[in-house]
Amino acid sequence: MPTTAPATMAEKVWNTHTVRTRDGEPDLLYIDLHLIHEVTSPQAFDGLRAAGRKVRRADLTIATEDHNTPTDNLLTISDPVSRTQIEALRANCAEFGVRLHPLGDAEQGVVHVVGPQLGLTQPGMTVVCGDSHTSTHGAFGALAFGIGTSEVEHVLATQTLPQQRPKTMAVTVDGRLPDGVSAKDLILAIIARAGTGGGRGHIVEYRGEAIRALSMEARMTVCNMSIEWGAKAGMIAPDETTFAYLKGRSHAPQGEEWNEAVAAWSDLVTDEGAQFDAEIHIDAAQLTPFVTWGTNPAQGAPLSASVPDPQSITDPDAQATAQRALEYMDLKPGTALRDIGIDVVFLGSCTNGRIEDLRAAADVLRDRRVADGLRMLVVPGSARVRAEAEAEGLNEIFTQAGAEWRFAGCSMCLGMNADQLSPGARAASTSNRNFEGRQGRGGRTHLVSPEVAAATAVVGRLAAPADL
Amino acid sequence: MEKFTVHTGQAAPLRRSNVDTDQIIPAVYLKRVTRTGFADGLFAAWRDDPEFVLNQNAYANSSILVAGTEFGTGSSREHAVWALQDYGFRVVIAPRFGDIFRGNALKGGLLPVELSASDVESLWDTLDSDPAIPVSVDLGAREVRVAERVWQFDLDEHSRWRLMEGLDDIDLTLRDESQITAFETQRPQWLPRTLLGT
Repeated sequence: MPTTAPATMAEKVWNTHTVRTRDGEPDLLYIDLHLIHEVTSPQAFDGLRAAGRKVRRADLTIATEDHNTPTDNLLTISDPVSRTQIEALRANCAEFGVRLHPLGDAEQGVVHVVGPQLGLTQPGMTVVCGDSHTSTHGAFGALAFGIGTSEVEHVLATQTLPQQRPKTMAVTVDGRLPDGVSAKDLILAIIARAGTGGGRGHIVEYRGEAIRALSMEARMTVCNMSIEWGAKAGMIAPDETTFAYLKGRSHAPQGEEWNEAVAAWSDLVTDEGAQFDAEIHIDAAQLTPFVTWGTNPAQGAPLSASVPDPQSITDPDAQATAQRALEYMDLKPGTALRDIGIDVVFLGSCTNGRIEDLRAAADVLRDRRVADGLRMLVVPGSARVRAEAEAEGLNEIFTQAGAEWRFAGCSMCLGMNADQLSPGARAASTSNRNFEGRQGRGGRTHLVSPEVAAATAVVGRLAAPADL
Repeated sequence: MEKFTVHTGQAAPLRRSNVDTDQIIPAVYLKRVTRTGFADGLFAAWRDDPEFVLNQNAYANSSILVAGTEFGTGSSREHAVWALQDYGFRVVIAPRFGDIFRGNALKGGLLPVELSASDVESLWDTLDSDPAIPVSVDLGAREVRVAERVWQFDLDEHSRWRLMEGLDDIDLTLRDESQITAFETQRPQWLPRTLLGT
């Protein structure tokens, strides 16, 4: 290749996937992997049928059932409307030749857990899915973003997407995360600082010493929540941690192709001298366990803090938003976050439903009990995560502590299946959104890490393991 | 897709920011497999509230929604766009939109118009005092007009052309199919395939 101007990692992936550029039009990007689930795909398949089109590259497409599946059993979908939606996915995948991991399959699970664990998500790829948390896959140095159903149909038909070139942003996390501070605490702190729209129009590269020290699963937690501050995508440059995670996975390259791939992946770093359009610096050493108090993911604070007083917020719009959030959450300014009583703890989701998340929570719950009257749901991110956890005996720890051990799915993260909060119930949830009614109409959500979720389950109020 | 040129109608002031897609349509309403039938789920949590703007007779026939900033953040559900359209909206005006929502709206012919927070505030005040006042949204001129007042808005030329012509993105892309095919021959062999033996 001729010498070119220094480029960011995001620009490199963009440039190698541009099928064509044309003045006055968006670039046409080639898509390497298209993930499908039951909620955002039926209308797209209908569109293909109506136009007499086929799936252009079924070999770059994979489907799983996750959003609307039950987690209390694998056999019966009691809601007929949910069942119709699942059956539509099965019929569409059969008709168009798309690989599907249905309920009960060993590889079924939340779409963003399944892709990486199969080794399908690899550095430098473009990955899309009709789900906003597709940003998860950026942890591998892939350019991954959520799309709507019209775009799902477009990718099915053409394996490409017209896209305006986004700007780039660097989030540099210097230093090391202190003991007891997790990737979830880090990303919640970043979102609180940047605001829900702070990343809009940008592909974010998370970098710096603290990011390099994270495991792949922790990196996925960080990239997963990129959308919660409005970013187009979040990415982390691939390194030895990435390569070690991928090596030997069923869809990872093997033999000589592995060496070729690693050589290509090793170039996926931002060049010295490349310019980002925006930069944020975070000092990891200052971070502590972080939770949300409001109704958007940016309304968060350290667990050691108190519910803020909206009157102290100068921006009138932010003040009104905070005021409304406190009303919905039934919280009073000045209440210590540690004094907030919790009814339900949800451990799971594409943010924190992986084996390391389950291990971290189980470490806290070992030889302990969840508080009287508190309900805890543990929902593994995939059937494989569930099997791994059972092989390690984690399910025993959860059930002995009094938690419910469920089958894999999105579950209470979005309250689409039967796993919902009742009106007024207050949850500590390892998921990604605390929107009004997100986990069930009238339900109240505090976003937390797996460690805080487990400690909260024991105490019955928001708590960190250090409080036990 | 229906062509969009000029739309004139009544507008409803939704004085809230951060109206995420879970507020626009909660997940339990996403189970349908059709593109229509989502109007019932629109703003489901607020529809029982007599104070909610769409429950007020004066705004009952609105086809333009004027909302606070960060409208449509969150989930990628295009059902949010379909629900607004099923209810009768053709335009949403806000200071800023969630990226995916905005993209979905442009695909589906629901026009997202960005005006500054102060312009939105001013529009809200106008709609409070005169709910019946007609609001015109002119895509060709990229203008919002209310009585004698005119606000300009930005929209990239390509999106504007697509909406005004009512063009289908897939047809546009397939003009370049030979380039897609050529691109595919150059992809590295080691890239993963989901189907065995392919």
